[in-house]
Amino acid sequence: MMGSEKAAPADILATAETLRKEIGHDFYERLTESIYADASRIANRAIIHVEKPTSDWNRTIDRLVTSRTFGFPIMLLMLTLVFWITIAGANIPSEMISKVLLGTIYPQLRNLAVTIGLPWWVRGIVIDGMYLATAWVVSVMLPPMAIFFPLFTLLEDLGYLPRVAFNLDSIFRRVGAHGKQSLTMAMGFGCNAAGIISTRVIDSPRERLIAIITNNFAICNGRWPTQILIATIFIGSLAPAYIGGFLSAMAVVAIAVLGILLTFAVSWMLSRTILKGQVSSFTLELPPYRRPQILRTIYTSIIDRTIFVLYRAVIFAMPAGAAIWLIANIHVGKFTIAEYAINSLNPFGIILGLSGIILLAYVVAIPANEIVIPTILMLSVLVSGMNGVGAGPGVIFQSSQAETAAILRAGGWTLLTAVCLMLFSLIHNPCSTTLYTIHKETGSLKWTAVSALLPVALGFMVTFAVAQTWHLVTGIG
Amino acid sequence: MPRRNARVCETCPAHNSTSGLKPSTDSRSVEFVVALAGNPNTGKSTVFNALTGLRQHTGNWPGKTVVRAEGWFAHDNRRYKVVDLPGTYSLLATSLDEEIARDFILFGRPDVTVVVVDANCLERNLNLVLQVLEITDRAVICLNLIDEARRYGLNVDHHRLGRELGVPVVPTAARQGEGIPQLMETISAVANQRIICKPFRSRNVPAAISRAITELTVQIEAAFPGLANARWVALRLLDGDERVREAVRGGELGSLRQQPRTLTTKTEAR
Repeated sequence: MMGSEKAAPADILATAETLRKEIGHDFYERLTESIYADASRIANRAIIHVEKPTSDWNRTIDRLVTSRTFGFPIMLLMLTLVFWITIAGANIPSEMISKVLLGTIYPQLRNLAVTIGLPWWVRGIVIDGMYLATAWVVSVMLPPMAIFFPLFTLLEDLGYLPRVAFNLDSIFRRVGAHGKQSLTMAMGFGCNAAGIISTRVIDSPRERLIAIITNNFAICNGRWPTQILIATIFIGSLAPAYIGGFLSAMAVVAIAVLGILLTFAVSWMLSRTILKGQVSSFTLELPPYRRPQILRTIYTSIIDRTIFVLYRAVIFAMPAGAAIWLIANIHVGKFTIAEYAINSLNPFGIILGLSGIILLAYVVAIPANEIVIPTILMLSVLVSGMNGVGAGPGVIFQSSQAETAAILRAGGWTLLTAVCLMLFSLIHNPCSTTLYTIHKETGSLKWTAVSALLPVALGFMVTFAVAQTWHLVTGIG
Repeated sequence: MPRRNARVCETCPAHNSTSGLKPSTDSRSVEFVVALAGNPNTGKSTVFNALTGLRQHTGNWPGKTVVRAEGWFAHDNRRYKVVDLPGTYSLLATSLDEEIARDFILFGRPDVTVVVVDANCLERNLNLVLQVLEITDRAVICLNLIDEARRYGLNVDHHRLGRELGVPVVPTAARQGEGIPQLMETISAVANQRIICKPFRSRNVPAAISRAITELTVQIEAAFPGLANARWVALRLLDGDERVREAVRGGELGSLRQQPRTLTTKTEAR
């Protein structure tokens, strides 16, 4: 018995090989076809009664939103609408929160610290550093997030996002990437670390690596507020107030679309060079449009996303606030550490249309993109020696949007700086959490390094090109 | 053909008794394993939750990055362990999800495989059902989302579907909990062999392939007597499936006799 069983497997495999050659290699397709035929026959017998389908609008909408002509315009329109609502809606609550956290609580905390006799440097680290950085992050980030995430989740629940994936699928395949990358990219618009984890749905290691490396070009939570704020201050103000919000929204959409285009371009580049190979196919289901449960969506997106992201931002803002205060206040010789860093980075920053402050801020903000703007503001106040805002060097002032604008302009910001910052915010290294996730998922230092350095290099190139062209055209510098 | 399937109906509890419940002959708590398969977006997770409630835990499939959810429910003094397989459209292609689902149905030897089906897209969902039925004899079709189908004016004759497929079909609206008790009862009936399935096997295969399949099936059956799914193994070998080839070569297939563990226990008890 044992003997015969042991001998048989080899025979079976041999027979299978012979037969395989006989029946040809389209076996799989023919078998699949036969299964489909059976399925269709059985289904037709079992479905006894089809009334006039009331769900026809489902198909009509699908034909519209996935059509060649209207698919992409509708996508852009939806994106613009979401950003416009976010920008228009976030202003007022943002100022209210900042009035409470910065205008009321902050001076009281300082007074309290003076009253109980805290040493000046403890007061500096805790109140002028940690508290202010946190308060700024909350007041600037909470309102747009509380509006943006529910809207985004509603689109998701409606079933619109799979249609976006459907529209983008063919492009991804043309650039040599996996169609599912459209889904991981969509996830990256929430959080790049989550986007990296979601690339597990891509089975081919080659295509998965492409998806991982390019995920960074999907603007994440931490960067949306930066984009929205800078667009509002510098681009929205170019136009009269009534279309300013719309113009800002368009600018943010342009950056988001540029990110998508970069995803295609870099995917194409990778799949032609270091990650060559076949494109695999997959099935994408367009689920029926379902009426979203609006209240639950708002609740869960506030709990799951807004609070989660805010929590993360706060966790990183506190130590960063302390660090910024320290480097802005510890003197080595004549200058503070921050001044040394800024002065040495400045020439390079200027070439890129940025500044030493911005580059230093991006170094400080490696743990979390959320704190880029607070860091820039804090450092601007220090370097330009502005007084009357906040209390002394290295302190974040009581900020409303108008004051933020005033500080940045006083710090030498122009429209070019704003454009380059928005570009650099899109194209730079992923945050440390994302890098850690990339390392965990790929298990490779090499690919982690590629994921970190490729975008930074690209960011330098793009901002350099934009700044130099700008100077040529305007004849300045 | 109708005669063959008539047996399925006679053994169906809905056909036989008003209560649908029969006293268990074995009072010991035997654990059955139920695999839950289905296309994505069919409400599979909702069915899983409806079956197991809070009695569940999640982990990863061994050595894989795919989440594995497991839970259990009790019915007639017996425990049924439910394993939620990854949602897949087929068991043919070679994605990780499909491999996991297929390997579990084949090598995990579930006592019952429940295939959750979206009543709104019956045809597409049946592709997976037919593939599952190629592998296993003991299956229950959970015809889910019938509420949504009803709203769209779509009516599926589940008796007819059951006769066509040769396995019991239970209509459910898992979100409302509708049909879940019946589903449990049917799972139990199949697990305890009160319902004997006669699953549909395609006869729609081109002649040349059919001949090849038969030839190979005969050989496999000779080498591994009692194998429940020799025909499916033949199909996979003809497709050059490396995993199945390995199972044949290493004799792993030899351990896949038709009798599941639970049946052995019962026989011993007698």
